[in-house]
Amino acid sequence: MSVSTPSTSSGTDATVTRADVCAAAIADAFKDDGEIFASPMGLLPMLGVRLAKLTSNPDLVISDGESLFLAGVPPLFAKGDVVEGWIPFRKVFDVVAYGKRHVMMGATQVDRDGNQNISAIGDFAQPKRQLLGSRGAPGNTVNNRTSYWVPRHSPRVFVEQVDVVSGVGPRRAKAAGAAAARYNDIHRIVSNLGVFDVGGPDDTVRLLSVHPGVSVDDVVTQTGFELVVPDDVPTSREPTTEELILIREMLDPKGLRFKEVPSD
Amino acid sequence: MSRKPRDKRMRIDEVVGTLESGMTVGIGGWGPRRKPMALVRALYRSDLTDLTVVSWGGADVGLLARAGKIRKLVYAFVSLDSIPLEPNFQRARQSKSIAEIVELDEGMFQTGLRAAAHRLPFLPMRAGLGSDVLVNNPWIKTVTSPYDDREELVAVPSLELDVAFVHLNRADEHGNASYLGPDPYFDDLFCMAAKRAYVSVEQVTDTAGLTVDSPVQRLLLSRMMVEGVVETPNGAHFTTCTPDYERDEKFQKAYAAAAGGSDDDWQAFHDRFLAGDEASYQAAVRAFHEEQA
Repeated sequence: MSVSTPSTSSGTDATVTRADVCAAAIADAFKDDGEIFASPMGLLPMLGVRLAKLTSNPDLVISDGESLFLAGVPPLFAKGDVVEGWIPFRKVFDVVAYGKRHVMMGATQVDRDGNQNISAIGDFAQPKRQLLGSRGAPGNTVNNRTSYWVPRHSPRVFVEQVDVVSGVGPRRAKAAGAAAARYNDIHRIVSNLGVFDVGGPDDTVRLLSVHPGVSVDDVVTQTGFELVVPDDVPTSREPTTEELILIREMLDPKGLRFKEVPSD
Repeated sequence: MSRKPRDKRMRIDEVVGTLESGMTVGIGGWGPRRKPMALVRALYRSDLTDLTVVSWGGADVGLLARAGKIRKLVYAFVSLDSIPLEPNFQRARQSKSIAEIVELDEGMFQTGLRAAAHRLPFLPMRAGLGSDVLVNNPWIKTVTSPYDDREELVAVPSLELDVAFVHLNRADEHGNASYLGPDPYFDDLFCMAAKRAYVSVEQVTDTAGLTVDSPVQRLLLSRMMVEGVVETPNGAHFTTCTPDYERDEKFQKAYAAAAGGSDDDWQAFHDRFLAGDEASYQAAVRAFHEEQA
């Protein structure tokens, strides 16, 4: 099962991997959320949210990804944690509308306005490639805080304009009126290369940090639209020793994260 | 003269025999979970056409699309979870073989069912605003709040169904039914949004049996919502029916490989598993697993 063999001793003797940096960046996206339902879609987001709950934000409410709120913080895909609540799909929609939720979703495409597509590639009437469908993205983005996770940053993902707007960026939300813009909150985009928000001019995508070993030029080259790049772009922080131990020995001892973000 | 409510037990083919081409069929469950697959397989091999299918889509949508049964599809996603994209659905979309496509947000989908269940023409919500759901479905309108805020919200149209198919764990012969797994999904809403609802179950028990070892809160469906009850053990296969069984991942893989393969691959899968009735399907699945063992 294990793709790579992470350290099983102290966690400090092995090199920090890109996946570890991504997990810490995702955790940071949830650190100021307070007591809300953190809803990660996919493996690295689940790892990052659990890391945040064990470090920066113990108030986070987390689930098993199915129908249970978990009181503890079990390893990825473990069963049998203490249950603190019931969150079947129908109640997820209630929490979306209630607003105390931060979802981190995938994105097959993201554009410079922070719109996201998980519906289809090409013309909607007859797509070149049919994807999942819009799922909850339209509702998430006008109701609760929404972030995106992109494990393979490329110009095919970061495009000038998405083919189908599933998740609504701030510009589109404002154009749709107060009801759409009021709770629109595109918080972070975390990729395997860096961290972004929509704080550029006219709410466009802006580079916040590049991961260790990645240059600003790398990110610009791998982005299919004109990215807003501040004068000084810091390097994304490395996880602390405590975080590395939590990731390697507790949350993901099997190294499942390397399937999503391989080590160099 | 019996003093009990009526006995609604039916056979699968009797249920499908009550349907007509052109009807709107809601299919309960969620993606690859607790789908009324025995009823879906019966639809697949029926001569019904031009159906409008309303579903949180999984292989139910894939199978019916592959059989050319769907004229109009209403969905928010179609997925097999452990296999994210549904090959038969992708194929249908990419070849434009479904005449009318209504892709909604998930919350809109629930709200549309709730509107139908409440016999309302629409219900307001935020979801959809600013997204291409409203661009690709220009018939969906917005409504302005009549109060001081004057907010413009989506008027989610009611998703009225002619028929609903759902699969639960237990029912009595009258149509009271319980789910024993972790999630009710939206099966009660499907039933209430439909003119007639049919529930298939793993086991029909007497009424007292429904609550003898499980709390009353698990009774999701009341008989007043249900037209017919079908006992179909393993009837949700290959989707989950927790705790009776989990998803048959091996079989799902075989399904997806056939669906994503050549026409011959699909024909072979069809001939082996889908050409006969439900009993022969279940026998073929048993043989499939004996081969794999």
